[in-house]
Amino acid sequence: MTGFTKIVLIVISAALVNNYVLSRYLGICPFLGVSKKVETAVGMSAAVTFVMVMASVITFLVQDLILQPTWLAKLGVENIPDLRFLQTIAFILVIASLVQFVEMMIQKTNPSLYSALGVYLPLITTNCAVLGVAVINIREGYNLVETVANSFGAAIGFGLAIILFAGIRERLEYSDIPKPFIGFPIALIAAGLMSVAFLGFNGLIG
Amino acid sequence: MKSLKKIFLNGIVDENPIFRLMLGLCPTLAVTTAAINGVGMGLAATFVLVGSNLVVSLLKKLIPEKIRIPAFIVIIATFVTVVQLVMEATLPSLFNALGIFIPLIVVNCIILSRAEIFASKNTPLAAVIDGLGMGLGFTLAITLLAAFRELLGNGTLFGLTVMGSTYEPALIFIMAPGGFILLGFILAFLNAMRKEGA
Repeated sequence: MTGFTKIVLIVISAALVNNYVLSRYLGICPFLGVSKKVETAVGMSAAVTFVMVMASVITFLVQDLILQPTWLAKLGVENIPDLRFLQTIAFILVIASLVQFVEMMIQKTNPSLYSALGVYLPLITTNCAVLGVAVINIREGYNLVETVANSFGAAIGFGLAIILFAGIRERLEYSDIPKPFIGFPIALIAAGLMSVAFLGFNGLIG
Repeated sequence: MKSLKKIFLNGIVDENPIFRLMLGLCPTLAVTTAAINGVGMGLAATFVLVGSNLVVSLLKKLIPEKIRIPAFIVIIATFVTVVQLVMEATLPSLFNALGIFIPLIVVNCIILSRAEIFASKNTPLAAVIDGLGMGLGFTLAITLLAAFRELLGNGTLFGLTVMGSTYEPALIFIMAPGGFILLGFILAFLNAMRKEGA
């Protein structure tokens, strides 16, 4: 398989086949929380896309240069330190500071988007999809290009799921739903049915 | 100050993190394909919750207001690393089953929200009790969901065959969609019960 085909396959697989929200269950909190309106869902997925790709690149470099510095061997250093146990702490700090940066940027450039996203922007820090993608990239042993492809695909998948879901929920607002199901229960069931639809992508990539 | 018993029960019943507050749903849905995973995940999260609540509460006067969130996250990440290393050494099969969701306990919203809402404003003892209550509430809810999914999707409970050999497992329940749909129905059921009780 040529390099380019592999990249395309990684993107499609992350976005559709193994959709991070609907089949890996990552990022459910914003998926249910920010999906009441299509407009906020679009804003949220844009913010997540940016954070996710940036975070993946930076965590990849942190892992490769600091936590597991195999490059030191080329310089003839013996006793290479193995700091992999610090992975969780290091990654979450990178993501937290990145989110802070994005928040300040959006606040300056687009105040209306900022007020629309409200409390959910800082919550990207605790969006498990972001940390999840970073950890999965390392576990799968992706190189830098594949890391970017995988996190971009994951972000597209997240955006696709949350925007489609917001569309469904806008319709649900006007539907006649049995009383106990109003709110989260019907939203979860709708998400389940969407997830069934995404199962259809299984086998797309052999 | 509320009595300790009330604080403890608060997390299990009144503010059950999953059934009432809708927090921490990612691990709830992801690892609940077998009841034993639910128990493991619940207890791991409980340990982190108790530990981080205690430390946050002890340090509440030392942590400056502006950087409290990053400080909380570092404290939580430390406890998660402890769980990760201990579990890998002692329970490797559970560690593999829970996989990526062990490091992801860091971003479990329940833990950060308890640090912010409760531990940073209360005494260490109350914070520990709150952590225990919330953690056990989480464990109960996640185990319940996992038990249902394992029963329907695999015909077993904690690995023991329950449904008999004639039962045709409904695979959908241990696949991704089943988690969403079953949790939706459980919540609707609880809503209906509550309306009648009130």
